[in-house]
Amino acid sequence: MPQPKGGSSHRTVLDKLSRFLPQLVVAPSFLLILFFVYGFIIWTGYISFTDSRMLPAYEVQGFRQYFRLFAMDRWDVAFDNLLVFGAFYITLSLAIGCLLAVLLDQRIRAEGALRTIYLYPMAISFIVTGTAWKWMLNPSLGIESYIRGLGWESFRFDWIVDKDMAIYVVVIAAVWQASGFVMALFLSALRSVDQEIVKAAYLDGASTTRIYLGIILPSLRPVFLSAFVILAHLSIKSFDLVVALTGGGPGYASTLPANFMYEMTFRRNQIGLGAASAVMMLLTVAAIMVPYLYSELRGKRHA
Amino acid sequence: MVQSLFRHASAVLLALTTHAAAQPTAEVLHYWTSGGEAEAVQVLKNAFEDAGGKWVDAPVAGGGGDAQAAVLRARVLSGDPPSTVQIKGQNIHQWAAAGALRPLTDLAERQNWDALVPDVLKDVVKYNGDYVAVPLNIHRVNWLWANPEVLARVDAKPPTTWEEFNATAEKLKAEGVIPLAHGGQPWQDATLFEVVVLGIGGPQFYKKALQDLDAEALTSETMIKVFDQMRKLSTFVDPGFPGREWNLATAMVMRGEAAMQIMGDWVKAEFLSAGLTPEEDFICVPTPAQNGYILNSDSFAMFKVPEDEAGQGQDLMASLVLDEELQRKFNLKKGSIPARKGVDQSGFDPCALRSMEDLEASEADGSLVSSLAHEIVQDGAVRGAFLDVITQHFNTDMSSQEAVNLLAETVALAR
Amino acid sequence: MPNSSRLAGANGKRRMAGRIFIWSLLLFAAFVYLTPLYVVIATSLKDLAEIRAGALLDLPHELNFSAWQAAWSNACIGVRCEGLKPYFLNSILMSVPAVILSTALGALSGFALSKFRFKGANTVFSLMLFGCFIPLQIVILPMAQTLGFLGIANSISGLILVHTIYGISFTTLFFRNYYVTIPNDLVKAATMDGAGFFQIFWRIMIPLSQPIIVVSIIWQFTQIWNEFLLGASFTTGGAQPVTVALNNLINTTTSVKQYNVDMAAALIAAAPTLLVYVVAGRYFVRGLTAGAIKG
Repeated sequence: MPQPKGGSSHRTVLDKLSRFLPQLVVAPSFLLILFFVYGFIIWTGYISFTDSRMLPAYEVQGFRQYFRLFAMDRWDVAFDNLLVFGAFYITLSLAIGCLLAVLLDQRIRAEGALRTIYLYPMAISFIVTGTAWKWMLNPSLGIESYIRGLGWESFRFDWIVDKDMAIYVVVIAAVWQASGFVMALFLSALRSVDQEIVKAAYLDGASTTRIYLGIILPSLRPVFLSAFVILAHLSIKSFDLVVALTGGGPGYASTLPANFMYEMTFRRNQIGLGAASAVMMLLTVAAIMVPYLYSELRGKRHA
Repeated sequence: MVQSLFRHASAVLLALTTHAAAQPTAEVLHYWTSGGEAEAVQVLKNAFEDAGGKWVDAPVAGGGGDAQAAVLRARVLSGDPPSTVQIKGQNIHQWAAAGALRPLTDLAERQNWDALVPDVLKDVVKYNGDYVAVPLNIHRVNWLWANPEVLARVDAKPPTTWEEFNATAEKLKAEGVIPLAHGGQPWQDATLFEVVVLGIGGPQFYKKALQDLDAEALTSETMIKVFDQMRKLSTFVDPGFPGREWNLATAMVMRGEAAMQIMGDWVKAEFLSAGLTPEEDFICVPTPAQNGYILNSDSFAMFKVPEDEAGQGQDLMASLVLDEELQRKFNLKKGSIPARKGVDQSGFDPCALRSMEDLEASEADGSLVSSLAHEIVQDGAVRGAFLDVITQHFNTDMSSQEAVNLLAETVALAR
Repeated sequence: MPNSSRLAGANGKRRMAGRIFIWSLLLFAAFVYLTPLYVVIATSLKDLAEIRAGALLDLPHELNFSAWQAAWSNACIGVRCEGLKPYFLNSILMSVPAVILSTALGALSGFALSKFRFKGANTVFSLMLFGCFIPLQIVILPMAQTLGFLGIANSISGLILVHTIYGISFTTLFFRNYYVTIPNDLVKAATMDGAGFFQIFWRIMIPLSQPIIVVSIIWQFTQIWNEFLLGASFTTGGAQPVTVALNNLINTTTSVKQYNVDMAAALIAAAPTLLVYVVAGRYFVRGLTAGAIKG
């Protein structure tokens, strides 16, 4: 019996298999994502070149949907809102989150409790956040009427029903929700700053402020970047919050591209136009993400 | 294999809710979630269950059906549409054109729907000569609802012209009362708009502008006047109006915080469900106009479904809906008037009787028009274009001229 | 330990002033963060007359739990008046399997991608990562078709599948970045000893993974429990998760809007994730420190 031979060939098969085991293990997840993310993106891209209305249709008609999209005031409003919302949401969340983290890092006795208080809004869904804030910002029952009831008769806080300010209401609620999470990110990062360097600077006589501005915060650059990317993609995905908080109103003053896409695709039987707006959203995401991923992974390879 | 595996969980759920023996089943997708509407649905549900059917309720709340449209599309694409769907107007035709609806020809012949269904509704529920939906009711949109006590405070009667309306509203405002209860959602803004178009332009202009989308009519002097009146109306609402549901606006009239509301007669269902009496606690009059009737109608469309139980459920549902007694009971709750001829008028309140009378008159003199806000006269795309401009004008300081220009442009873009 | 704090000025008075400043800022922030929660809780315990009176920030005159009762078991959604209870159960049936599946798949992929730098591993990783960032609106229509094809449209199983898939990107990111920080020598030594892929994974990596498993579970649970769009699009009636039911409940209005029931319902819908954050929030932050954020 040529057993050794058979055994060794058996072994090589196993060896080969086990050599490719990592690939095999990743494969199901990767294939799922290939199909359910990239397949669907391609599908959407294709549909954006068709005249799909009630249901998807597959006859290509060119760029017409994009021309229509760019000619629509509603799209302009939605896209401008995204810029305003994104800018304020990201900046404020970063600033507040960073500030709170630095403050909490000052050997605060009740750190655990405070941290939980700042973090809990992240646990709550946009629908609940929207409902709660809508209620508080309602001029006739909420903060405005409360402060008036205290005696300040002329107090006004009616942004939620003001077409120019409604998008800022969305910003407030969104920052309330995300800034605690950003705080947690920064706090974790602060804890992993190299204390030797800090100590050395201290011995050199640098002030606390200087140490933070000069040494600690710059070393947090990667966290800034991570937080930025997380917030940026959250702002592009934002949909539920607008639905629950302002319903996109007054008029369509506070709609975001995600709401636009939903409205066109589902409510107005304009699947093709909705797909075109989705492609624009994807391009926006890609414009932020691709350079980030590229620099990250390049950096990793060198490291 | 994968299919059967995944199906397992849902099958268990279904098994828990269905009897072993085949029972006609109807999954009913609708957006009737306000108090009065829910009572009306209950009437349908009871009748269906009494006839041996199983009613699976699938309500999608919010925005006059905005959310429902998304659910419906996803369900159709997944090959598992709800069997019975409350849709209306152009949507019925478009779903029929997409081949998603089941023609009800046999049943219609057996029950002789051609003789039962009023002519005005046939266009709505028929596609290529086949019935593809069964009408439930006829709603009138151009109603003005008022709280008589509040009007009495300024010695006003319900206005019959827009000048009167404006004068009364100014007086009410000076009195510290909100003249017009309104909810700032695009479809509600559009309801005001179409009522004003009918009032200022008349039925023929309404048809030209909103039905034929005639460019001249859309940019005419008359349309500018319409937007002028819309601007006036925007000064008669309270600051908290954006986003408000229509029935909360109705509640403001009930409580006397506001004097009037312009809205279809589903409002009446809210008044009645709160135990109020027409002509005593609230008044209904047609909105200021020479004549005319803006029609809105709800229907059940039957989507093509694979299962037998669902098919039987559709047959049962479709055969019940036009039943005389059911039509009476349902419409008494819903605030509308029956969608079939020859229903006993006893029990209907003065508002409903007026609606029946005016419907007949407007059919005779050609002043019957179909609602834009409720998607009867235009499809989702064109209606949406109108809504965008109307709501943008209503909520900003856009001039009437700008609005008219934008309207012509946006509507052309959507076609 | 925040050694940097020890750097605070030696001057006692200045130090005192600094502490007061820090504390007042922190407490003010805490106040702002807590106000919405307080208002929601207080409102849910008031009756309608008290709410209408408008004293938003006042404590309820008496504790009235009837709104909670209504929201849980008999508030109406359409013609069904069973409150949030059945939908709450749906959410549990949906999120528990989806969280476990996506975490398991993420751990395996993360391990393979970090400890076995096969050719193309980085490309595979970045392609998977991009999945975190797609707006979910675009997947609704093709997903509806796919779910229909698989026969799991309008079911909880369908939602489990969807949430698992779109969670893999996040969990893979978490685990890969965590495993990168674990010394390769550990894996090498184990390989020398003849341990296979799964042995190393199970015996060495998993026992070391506790912090990142916590992060992954908390993150996924929060995301899935709170998700609205996909739940709203892919389910109707009896199969809806609690967020969708909540939205329906809030929009199911009679002429009297029951703010207290709305608020109680919102709290019920938020309770599980809140609980997770309050109980395990500490581990979440610790886990983030352990490497998840080093994108």
